[in-house]
Amino acid sequence: MEAGTPQLVKLEDLHVPGQLSGRKHILSILVENKPGVLARIAGLFSRRGFNIDTLAVGPTDDPSISRITLTLDGAVHPIDQVTKQLHKLVNVLKIRDMEPEETVAREMAMFKVSSSVESRAEIIQFAEIFRAKVIDVSRRTMTIEVTGSADKIEAFERMLRPHGLIEMVRTGEIAIARGGD
Amino acid sequence: MRAADALMESLKAEGVEHIFGIPGGANLPTYDALVDADFRHIQVRHEQGGGHAAEGYAKASGRVGVAFATSGPGATNLVTAIADAMMDSVPTVFVTGQVRTELIGTDGFQEADILGATLPFVKHSFQVTDPRQIPEYVHEAFHVASTGRPGPVLLDVPQDLSRADIDYAPRTEPVELAGYKPASGGNLKQVRIAAKALANARRPILYTGGGVVNANASEELREFATSDRFPVTSTLMGLGSFPASHEQWLGMLGMHGTVTANWAMDNADLIVAIGARFDDRITGKLAEFAPHAKIIHLDIDPAEISKNVGAHIPIVGDAKLVLPELTREYRALQTDPSRLDAWWKQLTGWQDEHPLHYEPAKDSEIKPQFMIEAMHRATKGDAIVTSDVGQHQMWAAQYYGFEKPRRWINSGGLGTMGFGLPAAVGAKVACPDDDVVCLAGDGSLIMNCQELATCVSEEIPVKVFLMNNGYMGMVRQWQELFWDRRYSAVAMGPSPDWVKLAEAFGATGIRCEDSADLEETMATALETDGPVLLDVRVTQEENCYPMIPPGQAARDMVEDPKMVS
Ligand SMILES: Cc1ncc(C[n+]2csc(CCOP(=O)(O)OP(=O)(O)O)c2C)c(N)n1
Ligand SMILES: [Mg+2]
Repeated sequence: MEAGTPQLVKLEDLHVPGQLSGRKHILSILVENKPGVLARIAGLFSRRGFNIDTLAVGPTDDPSISRITLTLDGAVHPIDQVTKQLHKLVNVLKIRDMEPEETVAREMAMFKVSSSVESRAEIIQFAEIFRAKVIDVSRRTMTIEVTGSADKIEAFERMLRPHGLIEMVRTGEIAIARGGD
Repeated sequence: MRAADALMESLKAEGVEHIFGIPGGANLPTYDALVDADFRHIQVRHEQGGGHAAEGYAKASGRVGVAFATSGPGATNLVTAIADAMMDSVPTVFVTGQVRTELIGTDGFQEADILGATLPFVKHSFQVTDPRQIPEYVHEAFHVASTGRPGPVLLDVPQDLSRADIDYAPRTEPVELAGYKPASGGNLKQVRIAAKALANARRPILYTGGGVVNANASEELREFATSDRFPVTSTLMGLGSFPASHEQWLGMLGMHGTVTANWAMDNADLIVAIGARFDDRITGKLAEFAPHAKIIHLDIDPAEISKNVGAHIPIVGDAKLVLPELTREYRALQTDPSRLDAWWKQLTGWQDEHPLHYEPAKDSEIKPQFMIEAMHRATKGDAIVTSDVGQHQMWAAQYYGFEKPRRWINSGGLGTMGFGLPAAVGAKVACPDDDVVCLAGDGSLIMNCQELATCVSEEIPVKVFLMNNGYMGMVRQWQELFWDRRYSAVAMGPSPDWVKLAEAFGATGIRCEDSADLEETMATALETDGPVLLDVRVTQEENCYPMIPPGQAARDMVEDPKMVS
């Protein structure tokens, strides 16, 4: 018997840990760069009823490995079950459920807004506050690029909407751990 | 060497001796290579049959079952068997031909995206894009199919690539896959906590599943169960992993399980789930499942733990390794065996009051339950029994009394009608010295009856015991009980004449309609050379009890109203 452990475990002291975290999760998934891998992941999510909020796929420093960053709602989905199911895919090498405190997450978005001559100055001012860049201008529209957390992008969207949002394109978040490691 | 020949060499290196399949355009090179390769190839009559035969082979022997099919329709005919193997964790490798590389994506003749079609229910799959991959993929396929939680792996080989010339050197080093690390031993700390919780339990029960069979852990289960007087129940898939004659056996649990097993789950304070997955046929209404129980869940697949029912003490590992650890830790606690007396008093009380029973037969009619009992006697309880899906399957599970693992081969997870006969073909090929009996349903048997031709042509003497009730009985039962007896498309009608059908295939056909003759007729069938189909006319509108009505809880189990009065 280990020192300090009670002789027996009382059944009434046993609990099942909660399955829902109640917050947004960013999963950073390293996968083999092979045909069909994305289909396997997308298929897994749809057949198990897991809803992906955003999804970004790109290369890593190793050409044989790709990174998939996806966000999903931990208030609706048991993240533990999601990651365990993902791990069963042979092409999935590593999954990291990014700790919000220790993660820098960024997304890029492009907004096309209608801009009359009068409103143009105001839009440019918003863009400056959000450190966004005007990347295209036509007689009636302006296109602005912004990078930041999903929250920041949503805040920027709210500012622009009253001016007449024509189109919005977002990449979905990518994330990296802070500091060493 | 031609890549198709390298395919044969790699299969041989994996220890393959038997292959089930059908050729076609896209796998012509493979079948050409087969001519000189030293396998026994069983030419089945439908690819679905080949797939189920590979499953039956795997389930009976524990070895990987292999089936071949051509591209397009050959491959899509395999789909049901692949899905079945996934649901029941059957180690299988399916090798399909594919159209030539340059035709892929063009809707070429007999092109089907079999990789895409089977993605949801393969453990893994490969499409060859370079002929040099073939040996490597074969070894990876066998590794993935047979380790961890077993399952089906698909290998799709374009025709042109299997004709290509490659350098082949036998593989010497073991397979390593970066993204695949199956669990082995359990976490010892968790095992200790489990043992200590067990020592405190007053109403424990072991709920075992197909994982125990897959892990070849029956001996280890028995050791653990008898380290105290733990009552044991099992799912449909786990039958035989604990002997039905053992005094600690409560019978199967779930929808058609015994009253005692289900009430024991309902009253337990601690459930030890071993290689079982809390399927809805087990839990019934999830919210009311085992309301008093804490749960120790041992499984090799971490994703099963807390998937349907939250586990208080999860243990990820191979039952064969973990059970002895658990037994040792539990024994070390030296618990008082009388602690379970009250629990056993309750359990045996239920067993006495609610045994499995059925209305006695009138005259010479054959009750379906009696047919299973007769089958047990005629086979001395020692046949490998494969089954179709329906009432007959449930009655076999209830009444046959399996003593050993790998003797009960059925489609549990997918519930595939037509599974029994091809699975029997595979089982008989794997275990030629055993009696292999296919307990068929009349609705099911017709779905893959073409495999009788395989039995005759390939000289595979399986014995088909057909429980002929004239209905797709299980569906009829549901229509009777839950749909106001409005029978809809469940009667089988007068066709076929099964005896003549058997004879047309070149098998022996026998009919039995009198209960007094049944056991002897069965014995005759078993002694007759070659494949035999025994058409047993049973009472038609019998219902399978006891039953947990769909959506209800274990405690709502219903017994045969004809018996309760
Ligand atoms: C391929 C397939 N189709 C339909 C069903 C639905 N189903 C389940 S049991 C059953 C009846 C089976 O009839 P039979 O083989 O005669 O067995 P019985 O219940 O009469 O013993 C049916 C149609 C199924 N399980 N599988
Ligand atoms: Mg029937």
